[in-house]
Amino acid sequence: MAKIQLNGRKLELNKKHSIAEILKKYKLDRKKIAVELNGKIVNRNKYKIIYIKNKDKIEIVHFIGGG
Amino acid sequence: MIKKNFFKIGDQILKSRLIIGTGKYKNFKETAAAVKASGASMVTVAVRRVNILDKKKPLLTDYLSPKLIKYLPNTAGCFNAEDSLRTLRLAREMGGWKMVKLEVLGDKKNLYPNMIETLKATKVLVKEGFKVLVYCSDDPLLAKELEHLGASAVMPLASPIGSGQGIQNKINLSIIIKNSKVPIIVDAGIGTASDATIAMELGCDGVLVNSAIAKAQNPVLMAESFKSAVISGRKSFIAGRMQKLSYADASSPLKGLI
Repeated sequence: MAKIQLNGRKLELNKKHSIAEILKKYKLDRKKIAVELNGKIVNRNKYKIIYIKNKDKIEIVHFIGGG
Repeated sequence: MIKKNFFKIGDQILKSRLIIGTGKYKNFKETAAAVKASGASMVTVAVRRVNILDKKKPLLTDYLSPKLIKYLPNTAGCFNAEDSLRTLRLAREMGGWKMVKLEVLGDKKNLYPNMIETLKATKVLVKEGFKVLVYCSDDPLLAKELEHLGASAVMPLASPIGSGQGIQNKINLSIIIKNSKVPIIVDAGIGTASDATIAMELGCDGVLVNSAIAKAQNPVLMAESFKSAVISGRKSFIAGRMQKLSYADASSPLKGLI
């Protein structure tokens, strides 16, 4: 079990998750977002091979309206 | 100063000299309608956390396709170079955006640019291959310094962000325009369409507008008004205004007067 932080929220994952699986879980289109893992940008080609570990901090961002 | 009648930033030619912001609209439908009416070919967008709890929340990209309109990611809300770099690197990862708007704020009340951090961030971004459009103060020396650092466009404020106070320092803007070899885009503070015309008549290459359109009583109609205002101001600048006289000069000939 991994205790992680996703976009500032504390979460517990009861099984091993890759970043791609996290995106699927939250119904996020990989073409419309970017992912940062512990302060480092994750290359979008690596979503399937990078697995979330205990204490990881993930940020998923997208574009919103702004000036 | 670029006198040619096309608007080129870096290696990109933009059809419209009006760039609009996509914040503060009632909903995305209104945003999309205003963008369409404005004729803008580039819009600014912000980078924020995805709301992971609301899976059905509408997305900006569903209403404004980045394939049809150029996205200019900004760093709104960043108060130091480090945060703005982080934001723009994420934006680049999202879709390969190299053209970005750097905006490092220094003061929460006035949203005045922190030029020390802005200069620092510009240097790094240029080095990393970004085409940077930089929101800045209307200081001619700092504007020139941004150009030296490799900014693709320099974007001095007209007045504080979202204030709608219009152009407060025409003299500084004119000096910046005359000295610059890169496009000058007035960003922030434009309150109504005539402000945009004035900016263009001063010789600005473009205008960036958000609140003046989004906060108008009828944003879509105001977007259309801005479209004409920018075109009109540009034509007026190229046409060259008449000289100001300190006395009257009758328009009707005196010859043949009865």
